[in-house]
Amino acid sequence: MFDLFGTKLASRLLLGTAQYPSPAVLAEAVKASGTSVVTASLRREMAGGRGGEQFWSLIRSLGVRVLPNTAGCHSVKEAVTTAKMAREVFGTSWIKLEVIGNHDTLQPDVFGLVEAARILCEDGFDVFPYTTDDLVVAERLLGAGCKVLMPWCAPIGSALGPVNMMALRSMRGHFPDVPLIVDAGLGRPSHAATVMELGFDAVLLNTAIAKAADPVGMARAFSKAVDAGREAFCSGLLEPRDVAVPSTPTIGRAVFS
Amino acid sequence: MKLIVNGEALEAKAATLDALLKELDYEGGWLATALNGDVVPAAKRPEFQLSEGDRIEILSPMQGG
Repeated sequence: MFDLFGTKLASRLLLGTAQYPSPAVLAEAVKASGTSVVTASLRREMAGGRGGEQFWSLIRSLGVRVLPNTAGCHSVKEAVTTAKMAREVFGTSWIKLEVIGNHDTLQPDVFGLVEAARILCEDGFDVFPYTTDDLVVAERLLGAGCKVLMPWCAPIGSALGPVNMMALRSMRGHFPDVPLIVDAGLGRPSHAATVMELGFDAVLLNTAIAKAADPVGMARAFSKAVDAGREAFCSGLLEPRDVAVPSTPTIGRAVFS
Repeated sequence: MKLIVNGEALEAKAATLDALLKELDYEGGWLATALNGDVVPAAKRPEFQLSEGDRIEILSPMQGG
């Protein structure tokens, strides 16, 4: 079991709910993934509209926890206000905090992120900050009151997978007791397995499943990869060696010449 | 009075935020509101007086990553 803010979670895969071909496919993918947590957002509702109600009913029927996000916010003020609105609507103090700093790369504005995290932590939020793999920023976020960190491994939606293994390894090594969730940039189940093998506690992804030809099948594949990576990490991986080492014992081999 | 609701200019008769939601046919416990950039919880909407030019955001749950 995986513990986040005192909540025991059966799955180490957190799943985004956007970009699926239909609500029915989203629901099936959530079930197939075995996830315990899905992300959701807040957007403008049309007068007389019921879109939000329908989506919210669907999510509640799935029996999973909701992690609201502040996606699309580009300032501290926007992010803090959105977080407070999400707390009221979704009835949770959990917030995936995004303060975007660049339109093209969608990389976080880490200065605004730390400031917003401090405000929200002081207000009683359980903040999940979407951040880079920068150690100093990570320390500032922990100093601001964050108990969890969510570093990217590549830009959002890029499907590149872990582009800086050294930084991820370093982050895991520096913060052995902080839950670390890789958020953004995963494209394949093998990417998820790779970061889980490094000892990351969980992964959060959306596009790689939602935009797959078969999202439900891909949800199952990612679920298996996350479990495999975690079990491998816990089982102690063999370190790479520069020389060949025979696996079959050499003692007792026949000599024919 | 003239208001900006979800980025659109409109003319409304309502004096409070709660009344504005009813006037515009918004209903449901899944809505979140903000006035001029600050959150207005559902319980406070009836007492929140609107003023000319106020900017109101009315949000609801949506898919997100």
